[in-house]
Amino acid sequence: MEKKYWKSLEERNDLPVENPGSRDEDASKSLLELINEEIANKPSSRRSFLKLAGFSFATAAIATSCKNPVNTAIPFLNKPEEVTPGMANYYASTYFDGHDFCSILVKVRDGRPIKIEGNDLSSFNKGGTSARVQGSVMSLYDDGGRIKNPLIGGLDTSWEMIDQKILTKLTAAAASGKAIVILTPTVVSPTTRQLFTEFIAKYPGTKVVTYDPVSASAILQANKDCFGLQVVPDYHIEKADVLVSFDADFLGTWLSPVEYTRRWAEGRRLTDNKKNISELYVFESGMSLTGANADKRFAIKPSQQVAVILNLYNEIAVASGGKTYPAPVSTVSVKELAVKLMAAKGKSLVISGINDAAIQVVVNAINMHLGNFGTTIDLGTTLNLRQGFDQDMENLVTEMNAGNVGAIFFYNSNPVYNYGDVTRFREGLKKVPFTLSFATARDETTKLCGYVCPDHHYLESWNDAEPKKDQFTLQQPTIRNIFNTRQVQDSLLKWSGSTLDYHAAIQKYWETSLYGKQSKYGSFRDFWNHSLQEGVFELPNPAWTLPEFNSTALDTAATKTHPATKSGATELVFYETIALGNGYHANNPWMMEMPDPISKVCWDNFAAIPPKMAERDGIQNGDVLYIDERIELPAFIQPGQAEGTIGIAYGYGRSETGKVADGTGKNVFHFMKAENGFRKNSISVGTVRSIGNQYKLASTQMHHSMENRPIVRETNLSEWQKKPNAGNEIHEEYEKQKFTLYKEFIFAGHHWGLGIDLNTCSGCSACVIGCQAENNVAVVGKEQVAMTRIMHWIRIDRYYSEDPQNPSVYFQPVMCQQCDNAPCENVCPVSATNHSNEGLNQMAYNRCIGTKYCINNCPYKVRRFNWYRYATNEAFDYNMNSDLGRMVLNPDVTVRERGVVEKCSFCVQRIQEKKLLAKLENRELRDGDILPACVQACPAGAMVFGDLNDPESRISKLFNNERTYHLLEDVHTLPSVGYMTKVRNRDEGKVS
Amino acid sequence: MYKAEVRGPLILGNKDYSQITRDIIAPIDARAPIWWKVAMGISLMAAAWGMVALYMTVRYGLGTWAVNNSVAWGWEIINFVWWIGIGHAGTAFSIFLLILRQKWRTSINRAAEAMTVFAVMCAAIFPAIHMGRVWLAFYIFPYPNTRGSLWVNFNSPLFWDFIAISAYLLISASFWYFGMVPDFASIRDKAKSKVKKAVYGLLAFGWTGSSKEWLRYEGLSYILGGIAAVLVVSVHSIVSTDFASSVIPGWHTTLFPPYFVVGAIFSGFAMVMTLMIVIRKFYKLEQYVTDAHLNAIARILVFISLIMGSSYATEVFMAWYGGNEYEMFTFFHNRITGTYTFMFWAMITCNAVIPQLMWSKKVRNNITALFIISLVINVGMWYERYNIVVTSLAKDYLPSSWTLYSPTWVEIGIYIGTLGIFITGVLLFFRFIPMIAISEVKSVLKPTSITKYTKKH
Repeated sequence: MEKKYWKSLEERNDLPVENPGSRDEDASKSLLELINEEIANKPSSRRSFLKLAGFSFATAAIATSCKNPVNTAIPFLNKPEEVTPGMANYYASTYFDGHDFCSILVKVRDGRPIKIEGNDLSSFNKGGTSARVQGSVMSLYDDGGRIKNPLIGGLDTSWEMIDQKILTKLTAAAASGKAIVILTPTVVSPTTRQLFTEFIAKYPGTKVVTYDPVSASAILQANKDCFGLQVVPDYHIEKADVLVSFDADFLGTWLSPVEYTRRWAEGRRLTDNKKNISELYVFESGMSLTGANADKRFAIKPSQQVAVILNLYNEIAVASGGKTYPAPVSTVSVKELAVKLMAAKGKSLVISGINDAAIQVVVNAINMHLGNFGTTIDLGTTLNLRQGFDQDMENLVTEMNAGNVGAIFFYNSNPVYNYGDVTRFREGLKKVPFTLSFATARDETTKLCGYVCPDHHYLESWNDAEPKKDQFTLQQPTIRNIFNTRQVQDSLLKWSGSTLDYHAAIQKYWETSLYGKQSKYGSFRDFWNHSLQEGVFELPNPAWTLPEFNSTALDTAATKTHPATKSGATELVFYETIALGNGYHANNPWMMEMPDPISKVCWDNFAAIPPKMAERDGIQNGDVLYIDERIELPAFIQPGQAEGTIGIAYGYGRSETGKVADGTGKNVFHFMKAENGFRKNSISVGTVRSIGNQYKLASTQMHHSMENRPIVRETNLSEWQKKPNAGNEIHEEYEKQKFTLYKEFIFAGHHWGLGIDLNTCSGCSACVIGCQAENNVAVVGKEQVAMTRIMHWIRIDRYYSEDPQNPSVYFQPVMCQQCDNAPCENVCPVSATNHSNEGLNQMAYNRCIGTKYCINNCPYKVRRFNWYRYATNEAFDYNMNSDLGRMVLNPDVTVRERGVVEKCSFCVQRIQEKKLLAKLENRELRDGDILPACVQACPAGAMVFGDLNDPESRISKLFNNERTYHLLEDVHTLPSVGYMTKVRNRDEGKVS
Repeated sequence: MYKAEVRGPLILGNKDYSQITRDIIAPIDARAPIWWKVAMGISLMAAAWGMVALYMTVRYGLGTWAVNNSVAWGWEIINFVWWIGIGHAGTAFSIFLLILRQKWRTSINRAAEAMTVFAVMCAAIFPAIHMGRVWLAFYIFPYPNTRGSLWVNFNSPLFWDFIAISAYLLISASFWYFGMVPDFASIRDKAKSKVKKAVYGLLAFGWTGSSKEWLRYEGLSYILGGIAAVLVVSVHSIVSTDFASSVIPGWHTTLFPPYFVVGAIFSGFAMVMTLMIVIRKFYKLEQYVTDAHLNAIARILVFISLIMGSSYATEVFMAWYGGNEYEMFTFFHNRITGTYTFMFWAMITCNAVIPQLMWSKKVRNNITALFIISLVINVGMWYERYNIVVTSLAKDYLPSSWTLYSPTWVEIGIYIGTLGIFITGVLLFFRFIPMIAISEVKSVLKPTSITKYTKKH
């Protein structure tokens, strides 16, 4: 029998299987019908699914889109000529603020200037800049500081209205017979000077008074007395083998530091097969940048300078058979120096920054005996940057007080802030019926003026300049005026009844006066276009003959110089800082936060006291001192400050200019007194006492000794001449010890490197601000700086060694060293920092979660953390908190978010830009094509950037130099930054 | 048969099994005592301060702390290492003693493990909160993602750290929890209220106490114990690589892994001692946590203290012997002398000198002295981490970047907050979980209880 297999009892017993749906019925339907039916029966159908999905998507879309701000990008209907979105244009222009001069290129991105670079076609600065020049672009976007409309009595008005009123006032003033005064700092624009003459022609009572807050009037006077030439000569520092400076900080602030730094560096450069360097002697009271770079520095009181200079004169006069004069006993022996100078006859230079004509005459006499006129001192191509006579200002204030001034126009002048006897000035000003200011930004004087006709910012203006005789530059607007302002010259033209605008006036001047002096261009249009494109028009240096030296001037001077020295009295010495200068840029947050290269303090000025005094009186850093019962300032112990002196910086203590500058530091211009018609930058004071308060100074460097670590390696010239790797012997040792178990990085294409010659780096910090402007580095404010949280990607480390009374000073720019064996890279848990195949240590901000381990593990401590959100944050109300302020940001560089780490990238955006350009032009990258912002800014040419894989590149050659080493090379980080040893010229008894 | 003739009985008082259960779960049934409520209030307040501080940190940024561009790690990392160290004890205690079959651990391991869990939880707050962008903390998880896939950096000690801590937290929590299952069952069985029955019933996982269950239970403890024993060593070794694998003088040293592990056990045991003294005092459990127990911990501490002392000496010796000038500076001019002298000598005194008092039997038998010493050790261990983290960073290679660091109220607040969270956790543990492993204690009752012992003879 066949077995019966069964699955269930029902089956076995042949009972019908219970089934809810009838099978027969189903069988008649097609599968599709079945499915449709099933769906229709279900509560959720495809239709309802779609409905629901549609609704949810719509809701989600509405809900999320509500939160996103709508940003619109409107394309150009007609593309403006030469403007391509995303591509930068560079325009040659000129920077002159009445104090500093620089021929520049303005980088303009999408219609807005964002960066200043040096113009390398200019023989003046050859591509170099200074920190203030780098920072000047920021003041264009100073939302809080700039004056936005013409003002009458402090209220906004229109140009028509103000013009009308001014014309009436001017006519009245002219009719009253009282003087109309235009108060300006030195004007170097020949067209503007001509315009002044036209204005004077229209209003004959007009006087143009030149007032330089920090002037060179003693030099002008001395040259007038000695040679009958009222000029500031051109000092050829590069031609001098022996340089002596008496209080002339030519690397930092004196006359034309950008140019002088380049010239000094030329004389100090030891590459290019040079075997010798110049020797620099500095006599000064406070530690200046020049003093810090001196081979031999003497810290003396200002009152002791005379004796030193006279004794030096006598020594040299004796040696060269000249007339000697009785001199007080000098505190330092100058015999040796005199011998050195005599040996370098015609190749030496003695300069003095002391504003005392008698002293300058003696200095002239010294240079005369040394035969320096014609070699290192050029009286032909004279420097036009300081033309003001202090006495003119004194006279003006007297006139004002006498009620003889009917109208005064302040053009770029702010005497209420920077004139010494401010009370008398204010009183005088009250007696002037018509006061007008042309200020671009609010200041103390403008506040007191009845009328304000705000000037364009220099980046919005047309202008020309003649910084040196027969060397011309042009300034062109790089943006339409942002506010309702008008250029001063246009105002003056209008008021003198001219129909020309200033642009046309400049062209007219250049056509009539300059076009004829050249033969290169056949038409004026051609000449103008080329000059404008290049920014400079330079005529060959004029020939000149040395006029006879007026020895009677010396006779008078030598007797007049004896000061009534109060021995033992404390002397206050006022100085300009590298960051703020005369205070014109005080409201610029970049400048305010730039650490002073010497003190490393920012956001304040202070009383720099000598270490001995601190020890004697038990004064600590930050103790508030009450000086001369007049001013309270925090003490700062400054190594190298001369015993018996206290140094205080100008430029601080602004009060009416904006949120950054107002109330930071104290103003000491009011201490300045004119003596024999020359404003002195030092005075004797009575008491100095500590009042027991503490004040926090924000310093970026707390420790000043290298602790005998081979950080800055130095040697002496004679050692170097014997052995080029002198001072750098351990480099070779480390190179020998270099060994790794790991696979080494191979850079197939480029391998970027940066070299810094510590011998030509003066510490000027132009690179710091250049980098800040290029890379959108945030300003964080005093409190954060004091917490060691400054954001700068490049810093200048400053060390002292030896005697604290007069130490040797070392500068070392430190940025990310782009290590090929980077300690930061392997510790990042998310690989936010990693190595590029071109040797760059790169940061992916988006990936960074902010563990900060990389900061810890960086031996150079160059990594910076965004402790707060620095952009669009009320607590950091600097430039990144307003729409206008943010216009300065470089669109090529990300603004970093709170909580991420950032650092120097070797300006990777510039590297990429030039690589792409080379690719578009179908050529190889040339050595020197790529200039990171720091390299570009350097006035000394101390930095070299390039491809280490190219054996012919400058950087490769520099890396092979015996002087080159790497910072902390014993840690085996394999940095891509090289430093060259500092070579001092301190050989005892050496006669060069 | 197991006899402990050298050591006295582990549980005093003539206890039987039900007595033990009653004794230990008494606090759970009783109303919360006043001191508990006061302590709870204070620790909640501390935790609240911590919450405010955490809010400040997340809302405004790490700028609210005092860490800076040279000393980028400060109190948060000190406290992280400190808590992780404390969190070592529980597991180390249970596991090493379990593996070594040290039966005396049974009275203590539950509390120690609880402490571990809370301490590791406190510790885990810091690595998260010290991130600049804590909301992106998930970037550290290695998972395939839409960003590339962008993987984590497997070379980074911080990544190892993350793995080690998560693994450790997971294993210690499981170990602690599984150990409690039989006790939860006991509470469930004794509970009168329905809620309690339900809650503890759920926690007890349907434990019936069959031999099969006990067999598996024992097996699981040994397996987890075996895994955890490795983790105890690995977690702090890995924490130490956060420092040891760097290039910073004072961090870059091969001594760190063992030194950190021993240090962690040291602070952990000290914390166990603190806690046990509190428990036996306030819950009158002197018969379970006997003087002999404390004596045993004290002996371990005195031994570890010697290891600590020699570690410190080795570090200093190697700095000198290695001849690296940066390391020399860190040890001789920034720790032994210099700005941070106090921290260094506080560490030496608290960790290497004061614990030596416990050589004396008198001290070992003096509960107050032990209590004070146990606190001193934890203070000392905090200073040790301060020494490591801050002094090395404050003055490293380039003197230009040297700076000082002292915390803001926010950083202090977070620390106080974690203390609050820890104590809150411990108090809740006192209140709702049997403080002593009932089932395990019962296992050591018979052969060692003095009454039973004497009866047999």
